[in-house]
Amino acid sequence: MGKTDIGPPDFRNFLPPIIKKNYGKWKYHRILEPGVLVHVSERGDELYTVRMGSGRLVTVDFIREVCEIADKYCDGYLRFTSRHNVEFLLTDKKKIAPLKKELAARGWPIGGTGHSVTSIVHTQGWVHCHTPATDASGVVKSVMDELFEYFGSHKLPAQVRIALACCLNMCGAVHCSDIAILGVHTKLPKIDHDNLRNVCEIPTTIASCPTGAIRPHPDKEKKSVIVNPDRCMYCGNCYTMCPAMPLADGEGDGISIWVGGKVSNARHAPMFSRLAIPYIPNNPPRWPEVTSAVKKIVEVYAKHARKYERIGEWIERVGWERFFNLTGIEFTPLHIDDYKLSVTTFRNTTQFKWG
Amino acid sequence: MANSETPLLDELEKGPWPSFVTQIKKIAERKPMARDLLRQLELSYKEKIGHWKHGGIVGVTGYGGGVIGRYSDRPDLFPNVAHFHTMRINHPSGWFYTTKALRTICDIWDKYGSGLTNFHGSTGDIILLGTFTENLQPCFDELSEAGFDLGGSGSALRTPSACVGPARCEWACYDTLDACNDITHEFQDYLHRPMWPYKFKIKFSGCPNDCVASIARADLAVIGTWRDKIRIDQKAVQAYVNGEIPPNGGAGGKREKLDIQKDVIDLCPTKCMEWNGKKLTIYNEDCTRCMHCINVMPEALRPGKDTGVTILVGGKAPILEGALMSWVLIPFMKFESPYQEFKELAEKIWEWWDENGKMRERLGELIERLSMRKFLEAMGLPAVPQMVKTPRYNPYIFY
Repeated sequence: MGKTDIGPPDFRNFLPPIIKKNYGKWKYHRILEPGVLVHVSERGDELYTVRMGSGRLVTVDFIREVCEIADKYCDGYLRFTSRHNVEFLLTDKKKIAPLKKELAARGWPIGGTGHSVTSIVHTQGWVHCHTPATDASGVVKSVMDELFEYFGSHKLPAQVRIALACCLNMCGAVHCSDIAILGVHTKLPKIDHDNLRNVCEIPTTIASCPTGAIRPHPDKEKKSVIVNPDRCMYCGNCYTMCPAMPLADGEGDGISIWVGGKVSNARHAPMFSRLAIPYIPNNPPRWPEVTSAVKKIVEVYAKHARKYERIGEWIERVGWERFFNLTGIEFTPLHIDDYKLSVTTFRNTTQFKWG
Repeated sequence: MANSETPLLDELEKGPWPSFVTQIKKIAERKPMARDLLRQLELSYKEKIGHWKHGGIVGVTGYGGGVIGRYSDRPDLFPNVAHFHTMRINHPSGWFYTTKALRTICDIWDKYGSGLTNFHGSTGDIILLGTFTENLQPCFDELSEAGFDLGGSGSALRTPSACVGPARCEWACYDTLDACNDITHEFQDYLHRPMWPYKFKIKFSGCPNDCVASIARADLAVIGTWRDKIRIDQKAVQAYVNGEIPPNGGAGGKREKLDIQKDVIDLCPTKCMEWNGKKLTIYNEDCTRCMHCINVMPEALRPGKDTGVTILVGGKAPILEGALMSWVLIPFMKFESPYQEFKELAEKIWEWWDENGKMRERLGELIERLSMRKFLEAMGLPAVPQMVKTPRYNPYIFY
């Protein structure tokens, strides 16, 4: 039996010699072209990085191919970024061009640096999750195809970080992204009254609802629960606690789009993403309504924002009323918050634009 | 493609972005699990609904988590993914690898699993996607033999993660990689044996750019900062002004040269900088260390030398009570090995949370329910203005 609690392998064993030599001694960096960086140390050593986009869902054969390349150009060292990109670490500047050529031949994109759209962080979707309201990998592939020109270029006003979570559980917390694609359920839980008593604890199920919409079934014999449809916000908490309350629905499930979040403290403090489009029905295999909505937002932003403005900073400067005007996205009652602290999002001033 | 088993998914082989469908198809030629995964996914694409059952408790000996049980709800159609359990493997800090280590993982996963994987999952783990119950223990045994261990799942400490830090970034205000590695090893028991009200996440970012999104995603966020002056190289500032160095490290491509007034001074959130045509002056007492000027002129400006961290608490995604961003708990802490002060703080937080938290209540929600004042009392920490955006405006005070 394997030893337990050995913890992760020590990263120091995986650092290339140039990093070991210059650890903590980096002086500055430059992005030489989209996807290619150089870091220069106090001693003048230069480390080159070639960043490659990758789907998050990959195979061992793909990883082996990546290893082949890292052996050939990087003495067997590489890393991954926090956004699923692969980074090849080189010390010999002359190897950059042949490496790029080889990546291009395999159809692997180079980019994701600077003012680009880098890889979309995402969740599992229909590939592996039991609570998804949409797929993840398929939507991401479709959106990245649509925005491909922005991955390998620096033509946006600032970086645009897109993230996708396939339900409100948000195991890939997307709530502070420039553009968040979020799977939503819109139908009530379908309660399996015959089975609920066998697989769920009723008090725990009732307590799981953030709005108190669940109560015991009026027929005590049933030993089940009922849901008040007026108070259900389709969050799926009850299903997490009680498998007899599935709320996924082939027709009801879909995607919402949120904009203007950021995590960096640069200039403006970190911000939450805000609702732009409340619901787009799932339309596999390529979700054309989602991809065109995301592209539209990116293009309107690219046209109107000032240099260095993230999407949220741009919207804050021009106002949400103008955001809806410029993008042509319809503003609906669903856009007005009605959960906790909703009043703090209302406009307490006569200062606004006509559109 | 008339005979394709997956006409809908085939559409995702088109287009310039790398296709997961193409990759999975390739491995499906020798892996029945991968083939059935695609066939089940095709059914999901047709019906617009997932086909995995709710939960399932599986694991390996000695652990309370690290493996996510997954069962198909159509094992009659897709017998090779009747079980499709996931193993979370704790990644090395900063996601650095040698090809030898990666190949070892690939070989083990090829032997015991579907051959599908995520590099990496949202929290940072290596995700080995899909195997049968009987393969879990032997797969773990070989991984452990090779020096790898499970990550966190359930109501436990989740695998901590860190930005690239001093390994390849000039802005790292502390050693994020060492801290992440050290603290992960210290708290193995909390990582592997769920014993808390809910999940708990720790993330380490080396500077306020926060490349691992700790402020949005961690119950306990450790963000590098400094309390002395931004270091200025006036000659390099001049070189930027003269257009000799590309602004923002070249992040904006081949756009025009830096306009120091418009691109730096005017965008400073505290207006703490002046440029008189010869010299850049920074009024450091007004600087809030947002990083913008440093990001734009990395060869001229650098974080100070008296570095450490700001500790923030409470961040989380919406479930249950709504999303929270972490807020300041300790404005400045020196952060050096063996990180004793931090470890004691973490233990104290967990004790208070464990004692007071309801089931599935994250730390941020508990503080919201019981008050920051009670939390500070329990931590033995003083209230300081850095913790709030403004003092309270409601007069209902619990004197």
